[in-house]
Amino acid sequence: MATTVAAPRAAGPKHKYESGIWSWLATTDHKRIGQLYLYTALAWFLVGGIEAFIIRLQLYGPNGRIVSAETYNQLFTMHGTTMIFMAIMPLSAAFFNFLVPLQIGARDVAFPRLNAFSYWVFLAGSIFMNVSWLFHAAPDGGWFAYAPLNTRVYSPGLNMDFWVIGLQILGLSSLAAGFNFITTIINMRAPGMHFMRMPVFTWATFVTQFLIVLSFPFITVAVTFLLFDRFFGTNFYEIAAGADPLLWQHLFWLFGHPEVYILILPAFGLVSEVLPTFSRKPLFGYPVMVYSLILIAFLGFGVWAHHMFAVGMGPIADSIFGITTMLIAIPTGVKIFNWLGTMWGGSLRFTTPMLFAIGLVSLFTIGGISGVMHSSPPSDLQQTDSYFVVAHFHYVLFGGSMMGLFAGIYYYFPKITGRLMSETLGKWHFWLTFIGMNLTFFPMHFAGLDGMPRRIWQYDANQGWDVDNHISTIGAAILVVATLIFVINLVRSRRSGARAGNDPWGAPTIEWSIPSPPPAYNYATIPTVRSRYPMWDMKAPELTASVPHSPAGEKEVTVKVGGATAGHIETPADTQLNAENAHPSAHELGIVMPTPTIKPLLATLGLCVSFFGLIWHRHVPIIILGGVIFVAALYAWLLTPLEPEH
Amino acid sequence: MEAVHTLDGVPIARIPLDGRGHRATGWWGMMFFIITEGTLFAYLLFSYFYVGAQSPTWPPGGPPELTLAIVNTVILVVSSIPMRLGTLAIRRASRGALVAWAIVAALLGVAFLIIEATEWSRKPFRMSTGSYGSLYFTVTGFHFAHVVVGLLLILEIVWRALADRVSAARPLAVETVGAYWHLVGLVWLFVFFTIYVSPYLW
Repeated sequence: MATTVAAPRAAGPKHKYESGIWSWLATTDHKRIGQLYLYTALAWFLVGGIEAFIIRLQLYGPNGRIVSAETYNQLFTMHGTTMIFMAIMPLSAAFFNFLVPLQIGARDVAFPRLNAFSYWVFLAGSIFMNVSWLFHAAPDGGWFAYAPLNTRVYSPGLNMDFWVIGLQILGLSSLAAGFNFITTIINMRAPGMHFMRMPVFTWATFVTQFLIVLSFPFITVAVTFLLFDRFFGTNFYEIAAGADPLLWQHLFWLFGHPEVYILILPAFGLVSEVLPTFSRKPLFGYPVMVYSLILIAFLGFGVWAHHMFAVGMGPIADSIFGITTMLIAIPTGVKIFNWLGTMWGGSLRFTTPMLFAIGLVSLFTIGGISGVMHSSPPSDLQQTDSYFVVAHFHYVLFGGSMMGLFAGIYYYFPKITGRLMSETLGKWHFWLTFIGMNLTFFPMHFAGLDGMPRRIWQYDANQGWDVDNHISTIGAAILVVATLIFVINLVRSRRSGARAGNDPWGAPTIEWSIPSPPPAYNYATIPTVRSRYPMWDMKAPELTASVPHSPAGEKEVTVKVGGATAGHIETPADTQLNAENAHPSAHELGIVMPTPTIKPLLATLGLCVSFFGLIWHRHVPIIILGGVIFVAALYAWLLTPLEPEH
Repeated sequence: MEAVHTLDGVPIARIPLDGRGHRATGWWGMMFFIITEGTLFAYLLFSYFYVGAQSPTWPPGGPPELTLAIVNTVILVVSSIPMRLGTLAIRRASRGALVAWAIVAALLGVAFLIIEATEWSRKPFRMSTGSYGSLYFTVTGFHFAHVVVGLLLILEIVWRALADRVSAARPLAVETVGAYWHLVGLVWLFVFFTIYVSPYLW
């Protein structure tokens, strides 16, 4: 190790950004930003969960009187918007941030300050959207806010103003993160970390970011048109002025369907990390898992109109979109079978992360099958806008995405904090979630088939829906208890959980070779990777005999600086492992890390001022002031070098 | 404990921050930013054609006047040439030539903006007149904003050149801004074809 490490340099004076609150506000460290995403997203997950529970209380019996119809509309709109854009997507982003540089053996992401900017913009957008509650004007048009209902004529209040601006801000955050992570994965991989050796979570991230970069511009365009309609009097969606009402639906679902895969693929990636570890077997069919990820993403752009079978597109369009929707079930089914193949014959250990991973495999399958039922237009016409659809997408998003993300949280919590979460509480959490989830959503299939429309505020007794709704609400109450147990587990384990060490699970990938929590620079020496499972190569070589390896390691690495070959360095043939509990600082190792900076936060504040000016009576001087702050902060950011001068 | 350095004296420990691929990290970042922005315009133009295909008469007031748009197209496409010459200049370590060429490109960009604003003021319709007016001003307005961002970036390049922050060994900032400027010109060709040429072929 010593041969590739520069001589220790004198530790400089401690910067004010290195401790306390400033160390979080000015951080450019992907691990800290990942934690900010994690805890912020979990907070919004609780908010979205409270909204859902109020909805369930209202629907417990016929003619519920808990909330008014207006409040009910706001609750289901904000429940959907919160869970999609402020809980599941940023929970995935927490793992992109924390894990991807660790999994590919990098010091940080490609653009650390842009990464901080993405987080602050996400935080600003999510707070902005929820501030609407204080004005009794939370968005109330449903999470897909169909035109022309979303226009000024039919939604005159501030409600949809908050939605349209909030969504625009959140989209900016995702796009900036999108090309940041693509660049990171293309350009920052450790020597020997070829594409077909990358951990499957990194692959899922890579594919997801392409989906974001190619699909978020659709929602940007759709929302920009709506913003202009509402604020500047344009006529994109005003039917009276000759607009076409389907423009919104096409643009929204061209974004909205790839978005479904943006929500589920990261969870697939996490589960593909968890299952091999606890089955003590390499992932079954790794290349096919990668190809099916790519195929799902590709086909995901060709199925959007299956959300629109009910609008009357004609038999040709209906048939084409029905067939493409059936096609996409094939690569998804391949993944399910490969996960089963991974577990088949393995030495299974039913830890909490493993239970949640198996939860995804089983529950997502149910949601996937009801999805295939929607692919047939005649069948879809019966199910659309009924509780059957609500059951379907909650099996996909709760049974799929959230189960996968919980698996990821339990699995990576020791790496993030250095401490294990309690297995006892974890198992209570899993079983109550599993039971509560099925009690809540399974009866919705029947309510839907019996004709209960989604989004209704009240229903009359004796239509055959009473028992289904009773059971659903009881299930939701169990989910509330389960989530409380999770929060208690998280808080207690963070403070006093058992020490994890570098590799508590006996995992195969390189992020488990470094201390938990990892030092700021991640790897004291960048590892050289010889196969997909470097840790098993060292600790349990018999497990990786069937996995392709480099013949003798890569002894020599070509070093490139600014695109030109700058020289060769010798690296040890074996993966470098950092000693347990050795925490030399970056200073001592002579590693130059990005300087912490407050400028991304300042740029975000400029954006916030502008958007508040827009929503507050279109106050032009305030909008311009915000723009000036934004541009000034960006210039200050651009003109300061990323790293200290040396 | 012996420090290991690359041939041009960079300590080996700091290399991973810059990426290990054949291309610099900043270059990849700009490429994907360009893809994002290009996609955004593709979807804007998709909306234009979608609304046009659904309308009985399109554009409602007949095909647009071409003269100013053709002049503007020539100006913006030509402005890519000095930008490219500026990039080549910094690779030869000629900082003065870079500043001069960048200013020429920026002036052409300013001329484009002035002519565009003139054309806007001559249109008989406004943003709120109908779907066509909304699309016309939104699409050209988005492009206008991208030109403004390009000018701000060129200003930053000039500042960096004057502050001795770019060199033949560190041309990345100039190359990425150049790539962005070429994107702005390329996107305009698509906008020009969609809004000005396609109505004559309809």
